[in-house]
Amino acid sequence: MQITVNGSAREIDVDEQMPLLWVLRDELKLTGTKFGCGGGYCGACTIHLDGRPTRACLTPASFAEGKQITTIEGLSENGDHPLQQAWIEHNVPQCGYCQSGQLMSAAALLATNASPSDSDIDGAMTGNLCRCGTYPRIKAAIKTAATADNGEEA
Amino acid sequence: MSTKQRIENIDRRRFLKLTGLAAGGLVLGASLPATQPAWAAEGDVAGDLNLFVTVHSDDTVSIVCHRSEMGQGIRTGLPQVVADELEADWRKVNVVQGLGDKRYGSQNTDGSRSIRRFYDTMRNMGASARTMLEQAAAQQWKVPAGECKAKNHAVEHGPSGRRLRFGELAAAAAEIPVPEEKSLRLKSSDQFNYIGKPVDTVDTPDMVVGKAQFGQDIHFDDMLIASIERAPVLGSSILELDDSDAREMKGVIAIERLDGGAEPPLFKPLSGVAILARNTWTALQARKKLKIQWSETAHHAHNSDDYLAALQRTIREPGKTITDHGDVEKAFAEAGDRHNATYTVPYLAHATMEPPAATARVSEDHCEIWGCVQDPQSVQQNVAGALGLKPEEVKVNVTLLGGGFGRKSKPDFVVEAALLARKMQRPVKVVWSREDDIRHDYYHAASVEHYEAGFDGDGKVSGWLQRAAFPSISGTFQAGVDHPSTSELDLGLSDMPFAVPNRRMETQRAEYHTRIGWLRSVSNIQNAFGVCSFADELAHHSGERPDRFLLNLIGPDRHIDPSQGDFEYGNYGEALEKFPVDTARLKNVLRRVATRADLDLRGDHSEGNGEGWGIAVHRSFLSYVGIATRVEVQNGELAIGEMHCVADVGLAVNPDRVHSQMEGAMIFGMSLALMGEIKMENGAVSNSNFHDYPLLRIHQSPPLSVEVLASDEPPAGVGEPGVPPVAPSITNAIFAATGKRIRELPINKHLKIG
Ligand code: FES
Ligand code: FES
Repeated sequence: MQITVNGSAREIDVDEQMPLLWVLRDELKLTGTKFGCGGGYCGACTIHLDGRPTRACLTPASFAEGKQITTIEGLSENGDHPLQQAWIEHNVPQCGYCQSGQLMSAAALLATNASPSDSDIDGAMTGNLCRCGTYPRIKAAIKTAATADNGEEA
Repeated sequence: MSTKQRIENIDRRRFLKLTGLAAGGLVLGASLPATQPAWAAEGDVAGDLNLFVTVHSDDTVSIVCHRSEMGQGIRTGLPQVVADELEADWRKVNVVQGLGDKRYGSQNTDGSRSIRRFYDTMRNMGASARTMLEQAAAQQWKVPAGECKAKNHAVEHGPSGRRLRFGELAAAAAEIPVPEEKSLRLKSSDQFNYIGKPVDTVDTPDMVVGKAQFGQDIHFDDMLIASIERAPVLGSSILELDDSDAREMKGVIAIERLDGGAEPPLFKPLSGVAILARNTWTALQARKKLKIQWSETAHHAHNSDDYLAALQRTIREPGKTITDHGDVEKAFAEAGDRHNATYTVPYLAHATMEPPAATARVSEDHCEIWGCVQDPQSVQQNVAGALGLKPEEVKVNVTLLGGGFGRKSKPDFVVEAALLARKMQRPVKVVWSREDDIRHDYYHAASVEHYEAGFDGDGKVSGWLQRAAFPSISGTFQAGVDHPSTSELDLGLSDMPFAVPNRRMETQRAEYHTRIGWLRSVSNIQNAFGVCSFADELAHHSGERPDRFLLNLIGPDRHIDPSQGDFEYGNYGEALEKFPVDTARLKNVLRRVATRADLDLRGDHSEGNGEGWGIAVHRSFLSYVGIATRVEVQNGELAIGEMHCVADVGLAVNPDRVHSQMEGAMIFGMSLALMGEIKMENGAVSNSNFHDYPLLRIHQSPPLSVEVLASDEPPAGVGEPGVPPVAPSITNAIFAATGKRIRELPINKHLKIG
């Protein structure tokens, strides 16, 4: 089977039911995508499938054929996506484990909504758990990134 | 400085042994007698250095962090202290994660003690290295050392304006004798560059690009992944196993049994059947095909609802007296008015975002571990014990921890990996799933506490009885324990700060039926819920505003020593002279946090609707934290409107990480107060994942504020003390809003959570 991850075509030899989470982590060694629950509850495994935020733990490999997969490793070339910068500015991560998923969900939100309100943020991010409790900083950082983005466009 | 420490220039081989890294230039190590027991007995002079700073010729500085990073920022906080005294440039500092080694002294990263235990030594080490660099420059320039001053990663000679970078001086400085501790010139706090200032957190850049490496992320090409089906009930073992279907699955390499052995549970693996496969998904799938019959044990009759109901009855009967001041019976008999209440907190799970995971590689006389562990030395001991090796034959590499909260200081999951790696003769990574984590935790004890108070004729509280029943953590280590241990009472109950002349503390019988462990702030959770709720009840009972009532109840400024007779107060392992139980600091926090709340606001008590504020203040881990919470209740649905934290943690070394720990503690506290409940049926946990063991989500997370009070007191705990006052502040607020007193957690048993 062939899938496209962060712009490159990758040949994989796996059961087509294997969730993308394990294809990425075990087969392709892209461990930025995290295993938190395996059941769609926590969002730690969030990736983009054709730009849409998707739970990799619930998505069979076969479903990704012919689609573009983006993981945290491919969110930006140099780690300088406005959200990644805002995450550093607000010192968002504590343990960091949930943060790949948080960033991927936030990036998908900003891609379709350049200046999200509090409730837009709640709506887009409610599927991403953070046991360390970084929610207030996630909100603040998303707003910073949104403003930075808008500023650049203006 | 009270500690008699020694700082030494050390050779490269010893540095290599402790850090796994080659070193050049100036390498200093410090011994830390405060953590003596582990190694002092051996008198191994060469081996007792446990903290390191290295100035390399390429101008970089390496600082060892021997504690585990789990989100508290310790890999930033400890090096920050060294770098400041050293006058190093933070951008040139590399943090090296120390391997597990008893020469570090305790590496058990819990008890909120990393900064407070190592602060003085870290400063001395930085100052020693700085002094040696200054002296090296003085020798080179042939000028008095007093004219040479380190500044921003270089030494300057004031009179001539000459300047040498640290890297240029590193080799020469290594030849200078290590200065006497007495001669060290420490910075005054107005000279700090980094201590008490925001600095970049060392691991954040890797975290935001997915490069940070956690225990779950370890990979070796020749490794197998193990997923283990474990005994659902404590002590149960395999009666019959049919693994034929599982064996037939493509990619399954082996199926192995693990034997849990007899109680006490300790940190031994539970009995189980491990699927070893080439990838995680195959292992998880094959597990579902196992047919296992488990043996019955005495714990099969355990049912958490029945257990708590039984404790709620027995807690009203006289228990075992631990401390007794004045005459409580007489005070109650003479009281004009009395009040009593019983509080219940269920079992709780850690639910670290990263489920436990460990990788092991084992040879005849050596084992190497990679894992997300809070206590690498406990890993060495337990793995060595299981494999028949010596602890020093077990090398432990500590990865980042995707949350710890106490779970990852129990190395049962690492022992599993070591045993399987030995059987397979190749590296094995044991991956816990979320279900494994929720069902096989070391749970926070389910608890019931009972309180009684009497008021004298003037309306003053004259008698106070507190009685606690919960399965003790000690039962995890020792058979036959059936009462809370005194060390668990020390966490917020024996040091209850109220100036009541007649008071008694009792425990009541409570047996264990599952593995009990410590969870962020430990028994402070139930002790603060009881003490802070009951004090609020008494305030309302006597018609006084809670803050004013509490100030009176705490009484005059004083230092409390809760010890009495055989009962010795532990004070988190610190001397009361250095870290007193200080009512003035508690009252100060109380006054500050009360200004955040509108404590006169009252909801509509007849309809059960409305808005209200609650406060709670609590000392734990030597810090003082107050929480003020505003809630709204409408038609049986609760929303938390806002929450404020005021914290006195002594000197805050890394203020931003103190803030983030308090923010995290409030959210952790809300999760447990609103929705945290592990249930056991027929001895087994019935929860399994985040749908039935929910955590607070972003839309439920209210606006938070944190005020960290400026303080010159020694640094105290930060990671845990924010948690205990959260639950009672919420239930106190619900009472103000609705007139309804919630005495049984979680709150979602009584109100819908919005
Ligand atoms: S791991 Fe996919 S949602 Fe939790
Ligand atoms: S930062 Fe630890 S779970 Fe989110």
